[in-house]
Amino acid sequence: MPDLAWMAWTWQTGLFFAGIASLLLVMTVLAVARPEAERVGVLRIPTTRGDRLFISLLGAAFIHLAWLGFFGPEQLWWAFGLSLVYAAAVFRFV
Amino acid sequence: MNKTLNHKAWFLVLPVFALVAFSAVVPLMTVVNYSVQDTFGNNQFFWNGVGWFAELLDPSRELGGRFFDALWRTLLFSAIILAIEIPLGIAVALAMPREGWTVALCLVLMALPLLIPWNVVGTIWQVFARGDIGLLGWVVNHLGIDYNYTGHSLDAWVTIIVMDVWHWTSLVALLCYAGLKSIPDAYYQAARIDGASRWAVFRTIQLPKMRRVLLIAVLLRFMDSFMIYTEPFVLTGGGPGNATTFLSIDLVKLALGQFDLGKAAAMSIVYNLIILAICWVFYTVMTNVDADRERVEA
Repeated sequence: MPDLAWMAWTWQTGLFFAGIASLLLVMTVLAVARPEAERVGVLRIPTTRGDRLFISLLGAAFIHLAWLGFFGPEQLWWAFGLSLVYAAAVFRFV
Repeated sequence: MNKTLNHKAWFLVLPVFALVAFSAVVPLMTVVNYSVQDTFGNNQFFWNGVGWFAELLDPSRELGGRFFDALWRTLLFSAIILAIEIPLGIAVALAMPREGWTVALCLVLMALPLLIPWNVVGTIWQVFARGDIGLLGWVVNHLGIDYNYTGHSLDAWVTIIVMDVWHWTSLVALLCYAGLKSIPDAYYQAARIDGASRWAVFRTIQLPKMRRVLLIAVLLRFMDSFMIYTEPFVLTGGGPGNATTFLSIDLVKLALGQFDLGKAAAMSIVYNLIILAICWVFYTVMTNVDADRERVEA
């Protein structure tokens, strides 16, 4: 096992990256198993599933930052919930 | 009708992905790890949760105050740079010769500033603008204007902006020139037959044809000015006071000067997210401008 102390891993960040990695894995499997077509949604730009995932993740990051900025670090789970709703909306309508 | 996409070719990108993972993704993961912890060196880390982010986004705290100050400064700088360099670049491109031996001469002269490394540009202007031995500073002072870029904030800003305009306007001009050159002569002939004015030709032929290169120019100049570090660092070092401390300079001060890895990591992640969002908007607009045009032409 290489020494990874310099990367300062914690189980929380490990979980975070594992989540992102599994999302990417699911998307890859999905892209191979079920090839898709681009579609145009409310933003009037053609998007693929990958684009929608990117928009969801980037938006989720800003939702969390905005929550931190406006309400502070308490009840950050609300921001997480809001991000999930946002992501669902992006996958449905964008 | 929509065509089904086949994504299997993306597996060919795996080697590049491995390289990028090594040079960018793994370091970025480390930054994320740092951003939720505190360290006193010696590889000892203490969990801090979202503490640094909360402090960073609260303007009433020391960290948040300096972050937002630096952010507004950087945005203002980018806005000024775009407002000057884009129109000036278009004007220069319109004034450049279209044929004859002067074309090559003009292109080489325009490309010269682009070939000079950032730190050299900074050094050139640092000496050039000095009041005692620099030509610019000496002349301005002898015109009766009290100019001192190491002492007055406004002078420092003006110097950095003029330096950036000197360094990068030719990039915009060259891009616009390439756009202008691609306009077939028939367009101009048609405009002449219709008796179009110079302004009408610019507005209805040249500007629309330059749209794509202009978008690229705006994106490049925005990103470069938003991430500017070397030139102001060499010229003013972020001073006087904090007057020209842009985000990147503040970040380096925080990470390498104070060795506050946690705060610096949180700041770089937010900085990175802002850049990512802006890049995505530009990229989307750019690709869809083309798609729109193809649709119209089809």
